[in-house]
Amino acid sequence: MSAVIDSHHDDHHHGPAKGFSRWLYTTNHKDIGSMYLWFSLVMLFIGGAMAMVIRAELFEPGSQIVSPEFYNQMVTNHGLIMVFGVIMPAFVGFANWMIPMQIGAPDMALPRLNNLSFWILPVAFGILLSTFFMEGGAPNFGWTFYAPLSTEYAPPTVTFFIFSVHIMGASSIMGSINIITTILNMRAPGMTLMKMPLFVWSWFITAYLLIAVMPVLAGAVTMMLMDIHAGTSFFKAGGGGDPVLFQHIFWFFGHPEVYIMILPAFGIVSHIIETFSRKPIFGYSSMVYAIASIALLSFVVWAHHMFTVGMPIAGELFFMYSTMLIAIPTGVKVFNWLSTMFKGSLTFETPMLFAIAFVALFTIGGLSGIMLAIAPADFQYHDTYFVVAHFHYVLVPGALFSLLAAAYYWIPKWTGKMYDETLGKVHFWMSFISVNLTFFPMHFVGLAGMPRRIPDYAMQFADWNMMVSVGAFLFGISQLLFLFIVLKCIYNGKAATTEVWEGAKDKGFEWTVDSPAPYHTFSSPPSMESLKSSS
Amino acid sequence: MSSDSSYYVPASSRMPIFMAFGLLLFVLGASFTMNNWGEEGSNAHWILIASFAVIWGTMFFWFGSVIKENDSGMYSGQLNQSFVWGMAWFIFSEVMFFFAFFLALGYVRLFAVPWLGGEGEKAITNILWPGFEAAWPLLVTPDNEQFPGAHHSMSIPELSKLHTWLPFWNTLCLVTSSGTIALAEAGLRKGNRTAFKLWMVATLSLGYIFVFLQGLEYYEAYSHMGLTLGAGIYGTTFFLLTGFHGFHVCLGAIILTIMTIRGFGGAFNDHDHFGLAAGSWYWHFVDVVWIFLVLVVYIF
Repeated sequence: MSAVIDSHHDDHHHGPAKGFSRWLYTTNHKDIGSMYLWFSLVMLFIGGAMAMVIRAELFEPGSQIVSPEFYNQMVTNHGLIMVFGVIMPAFVGFANWMIPMQIGAPDMALPRLNNLSFWILPVAFGILLSTFFMEGGAPNFGWTFYAPLSTEYAPPTVTFFIFSVHIMGASSIMGSINIITTILNMRAPGMTLMKMPLFVWSWFITAYLLIAVMPVLAGAVTMMLMDIHAGTSFFKAGGGGDPVLFQHIFWFFGHPEVYIMILPAFGIVSHIIETFSRKPIFGYSSMVYAIASIALLSFVVWAHHMFTVGMPIAGELFFMYSTMLIAIPTGVKVFNWLSTMFKGSLTFETPMLFAIAFVALFTIGGLSGIMLAIAPADFQYHDTYFVVAHFHYVLVPGALFSLLAAAYYWIPKWTGKMYDETLGKVHFWMSFISVNLTFFPMHFVGLAGMPRRIPDYAMQFADWNMMVSVGAFLFGISQLLFLFIVLKCIYNGKAATTEVWEGAKDKGFEWTVDSPAPYHTFSSPPSMESLKSSS
Repeated sequence: MSSDSSYYVPASSRMPIFMAFGLLLFVLGASFTMNNWGEEGSNAHWILIASFAVIWGTMFFWFGSVIKENDSGMYSGQLNQSFVWGMAWFIFSEVMFFFAFFLALGYVRLFAVPWLGGEGEKAITNILWPGFEAAWPLLVTPDNEQFPGAHHSMSIPELSKLHTWLPFWNTLCLVTSSGTIALAEAGLRKGNRTAFKLWMVATLSLGYIFVFLQGLEYYEAYSHMGLTLGAGIYGTTFFLLTGFHGFHVCLGAIILTIMTIRGFGGAFNDHDHFGLAAGSWYWHFVDVVWIFLVLVVYIF
């Protein structure tokens, strides 16, 4: 056949291309996965630095270090970067690395599209960060960019913000199309849907959420763009529109979005807990149905973010009860994890420590979520640090801990080397202590009435805030240790075995291939029998 | 195709990074053009134009290489199935984009405007603009000086004047074209290339007539009816819904034009014509959106 085919043939059997162009032109799911993960780690430190500025300003009451205008820019960009630049790309990175390996596929279904989905992310965030150096400064209206703050009263850089959100959305949509297509079309023979690993299941459902809501976000920012530049009145009451309309559209996207940031974590934690309990996961099918129920419910709860906006009482009640329903499938998951550990022969390597901390601390975030779901009580909590405490508990010791756990769990398979277990445990305990020191006192100041997003506060909140700031600095330093551990593992780690973790061999295809996994994992689809025979 | 693998994984490709670069230029060009609108000496629009050149150029070569790979027999049935899923979920994402605008229209009509007029528990909002009366189509806006409402709406007239109503002809064009493209595909599947080409040309003609009539309608709206983007929420929702739909019709027409040109050049056969099939799904999608749009924007 033609020369094109021959070059493909060569590429298939040799390793990756040399030099930097490898990363620009690659179609390999492992290369792209690594780029997603490194990108999100870089963004974690940028967004984290912004959090450090916020906590330094709030170390003591009064105006300390930055101007209120700059403080607003920090709050806004910290949120945007952590949500769209850290948590989401990191999960996509894990999806890229692990989904083809877990389902026995040669690569993602649409490899060139995969490369494009990644490379437009640095474009989007490069543009977003460049607004700091433009006239009017970076976006300063909060990560939820409520109109009219983000339209009539926004800095001129809002135009760049809008287009960069479009690009982030395009990246997520293309990535999700790729993931869904891969899962539907490229599973190894015999792997029926209900035999898929739970991480694959969690991403399958997450990808549907992304395809359904990212276009709605694109619609929302497009309406902003038109209101700003074309004189339309979507969010202007004078023309018959309504600023509250923005909140409805935003949270129609925003609530599924928060599950987009946690469902893949559920998958990861399920794998880690079953491996280190040396038992199969308890209640596999109920786990799948629970993820699906959470995803479906996420479309009918959005207005619980806006109880104080002045909805009819029927709306308040509907959204209150539908929100509380979510506690049921989430509870199913938590009890399944506990039952998996029950009477297991547990060991506590770093991934397991992070996974157990996830179960405990995510549940705290879930319980404060139920408090917030109670509409009449929410009138008190709304826009206080209690809300900040709630969503940081589900995002930091929730989503971020699951990402760290996953990195420790799979890095031996990626690099062929073990990380330093002692340092890993030091990293865990530093993170665990400091994350609670940071976010737990926020519950207290929040309940006492300290408002969020304000660069100053009343004297009575001073002690707790100083403690929170100390915790935040410690947490920031702990993550530098993580970077060191990763680099040490890559350059100086001890060789890992094929199985990596004791008894992992029957837990999935990824533990049946060499460590490091070959550049092209499966040239022919593996058989489901290979998992059964080893167990 | 390598002997031990049935799924084609392309070698590394320059296309995605060029596309990412094109999008970078697009964002910079579009943002600077909008922010500097009306300023003398701004040449931001050149960046925008350059971005279109990069994006369209990249698409030309990217699709070109996909066609070449397919023609040389590298694609298995499994990979073709990947394209099918890919296109299907892309169209679903487009549906959700329109959903946001339909949601906005629904919210405004059911809640925001009646509340501004003093209805329901939110009667207090009527204090803002006393005397404002809720109506749809909203021709007198609450702040009618800042957002002067239109003189007339685009809503359906009485049946005797239906033939003077452009959306009627537009609907006829688009619905018919959904049928003609189905006939074109059926012709191709039976190996009747003459029928295929004929029906493709018919589909395209109907599509272009639609775009022309839509342009005419906008001209009427701006020059004779006072219906503009700034005419309050009625003009806003009217232009954004029909505008994004019209934009998608244009995209669909471009896709089908390329498919027709390729068809005349001998591309496609009775069992291998995914490019055409995907274009045709897209065309059906814009047709379905139009039907919903006619119902909620023009009729009810």
